[in-house]
Amino acid sequence: MSSLWIRNALVIDPAAKRNAVGDVFVSDGKIVASLSAAAKKSTKVIDGKGLVACPGLVDIHVHFREPGQTHKETIATGSRAAAAGGFTTVVCMPNTAPVADNAGTIQFINDATRRDAVIKVLPTGCITVGQKGQALAPIGSLKRAGAVAITDDGDCVQSNELMRRACEYAKMFDLPIMDHCQDASLTQGAVMNEGSVSTRLGLRGWPRAAEDIIVARNVILSEYTGAHIHLQHISSKYSVGIIRRAKERGVKITAEATPHHLAFTDDELRTYDTNFKMNPPLRTASDRREIIAGLRDGTLDCISTDHAPHTDYEKDKEFDYAPNGILGLETALPVSLEVLVKQNKFKLTHVVDLMTQQPARILGLPAGTLAAGAAADICLFDPAEKWRYDAKAGFSKSSNSPWHGQTLTGRVKVTIVDGRVVFDRGQFGS
Amino acid sequence: MPWTRRHLLTLEELSLAEIDQIHATAAAFKRTLSRSVKKVPALRGKTIVNLFLEPSTRTRMAFDMAAKRLSADVISLDGNSSSTSKGETLRDTAQNIEALQADMIVIRHAAAGSPLYLSKILNIPVINAGDGAHEHPTQGLLDTFTMREHLGALKGRKVVILGDILFSRVARSNIHALTKMGADVTLVGPSTLVPHWFTDLGVKVSHDLKSALADAEVVMLLRIQHERQASSHFPSLGEYTSMFGLNKTRAGWLNPKAIIMHPGPINRGVEIDSDLADGERSVILQQVTNGIAVRMAVLYLCSGGQPENVYAGPDPR
Repeated sequence: MSSLWIRNALVIDPAAKRNAVGDVFVSDGKIVASLSAAAKKSTKVIDGKGLVACPGLVDIHVHFREPGQTHKETIATGSRAAAAGGFTTVVCMPNTAPVADNAGTIQFINDATRRDAVIKVLPTGCITVGQKGQALAPIGSLKRAGAVAITDDGDCVQSNELMRRACEYAKMFDLPIMDHCQDASLTQGAVMNEGSVSTRLGLRGWPRAAEDIIVARNVILSEYTGAHIHLQHISSKYSVGIIRRAKERGVKITAEATPHHLAFTDDELRTYDTNFKMNPPLRTASDRREIIAGLRDGTLDCISTDHAPHTDYEKDKEFDYAPNGILGLETALPVSLEVLVKQNKFKLTHVVDLMTQQPARILGLPAGTLAAGAAADICLFDPAEKWRYDAKAGFSKSSNSPWHGQTLTGRVKVTIVDGRVVFDRGQFGS
Repeated sequence: MPWTRRHLLTLEELSLAEIDQIHATAAAFKRTLSRSVKKVPALRGKTIVNLFLEPSTRTRMAFDMAAKRLSADVISLDGNSSSTSKGETLRDTAQNIEALQADMIVIRHAAAGSPLYLSKILNIPVINAGDGAHEHPTQGLLDTFTMREHLGALKGRKVVILGDILFSRVARSNIHALTKMGADVTLVGPSTLVPHWFTDLGVKVSHDLKSALADAEVVMLLRIQHERQASSHFPSLGEYTSMFGLNKTRAGWLNPKAIIMHPGPINRGVEIDSDLADGERSVILQQVTNGIAVRMAVLYLCSGGQPENVYAGPDPR
């Protein structure tokens, strides 16, 4: 019987209301309340002194590019980047090639996960066939094949009628809909936030109104149909207000924020650095403040990375022509600690909650807690360690990170999945 | 003060002193243009590549002419003849040009920021000949050079830029140059083409033509691009002309000595009445001539020349 004993760590498990120095015990891949004296003698011990032990982090928004775009990332490399960032469960978007609009592609992803992943990788399926926004995908079959949610990812469903039917249909299976909120008619050719900086740079602007309109549409459709809609990577201050008021009425919506929208504004684009190009775009200081306020009061439910790998040669282009997206998994925890705990005085337990229990709750995933009986998915990190992040030496296949070369505070030391140490102080086992 | 810049990417990043240096150098070169032998040997043995990945007539001809007046060898490439049409990246195209031992690259590109991008890759000087809706620094330099010829110092002078500002690199470069010189700049046009964010650049925004033109000493018209109608920025060219086109009556609101400018190409009868474009207040063709002198100055300075060393020589006539 395999077991594990983490000693003298600061154990933070918001789900079980634990926040004290203590031990975590693992037996047969599960968290247990204690080990027998005999087991303690023979078990592997991890000294947790000075470290935080929390549930393995959960990210419900990543792009692992498999199948079809494996030059950017694979389930093998993406899952290692995730583990190195302390994540033990991630949910991948369906915009692979082909897109995951059929049970076969979901099956392919699940097979690759079983074969190659070092953590738990869960697939989503498309809302519409080909992510084209014209006809419903076989949502029931997607669910049966293992999709944990449906989403058309960056191709937000534009037809209100189709979105309404998707809500009604998905509700039948209790399947959440994740939506990237963007009115495409307002964002033709847009590459950054519309405002003072885009005016100066001569780049096409993406007005926050394009997000607000779809957020409001989704609130209305969720309220009307009773379906659960999860609003992805909220970037606009007005959207935070719309969501706050909807939640006060009890509408079944949830929402996420990304570390990059917490950390940066569109001022970063002044050098046309494509590692600050993503969709939705970085916005203004007042948007950033409101996103942080939304996380503080629970309007925004969780932190997700939108980890979006692209190769150097794809990103190394004229700003207009570079693809959207940046890496996020290996930097999410230190960046969130910096912005939320250090700059905005969030409690450490709150940030852990936003990265563990909350995302797991949104999709009903069996993750995000160290309660006895739960899977032994554990992240051990040093909240004070300063380290220089070298994206080229990271575990992702790509290196498109705006944090490349920066000194970050807070470093993941050990990641444990089902009781197995998969990542240990910078190394992966064989 | 010696000239130290190797690239000319934007007017936003230039100091007023640097703009003055370029203008002084351009004035010296302009004197050479009226001689019977117009060439100076300043860039003899140097090769300049004009990489024009977006269509251009005036700017490309002026850069061509400027380089030849400086005795440089010039190679011009456009989007269709270069490998970019076969899918080659801008980085690869530019590195090939550098490997062919070019001494300088002049780039026109539809994507904002691409000259800055090239300047980080290449070891040779990069001159921005217009990048998307961002900047067109040599146009801003020749426009302000022309204004100074007519008005002298521009501090406190009222300048109106009228038309499609949102998509205009010419407007942005002029705004940066004029605000550094202390001019009083007002942007005018339909609210869809002159968003309020421009006020962050230190200029006024107005949608009332009459009050904006009142007593202005310069009015610069920008071309109204036909394709903007389709994209819902304004109802029709006819409505634009009726609201914002410059005609004889409206020109009467200007200061009596005001000059009328246009970077070209002109849509006669749309943004400007044909008579005004050809009238005595129009300096449109002087702008074109000054464009050669200003570009000679830019090519000369960015290839290592110093303002005081311009070989202008005595006028032989």
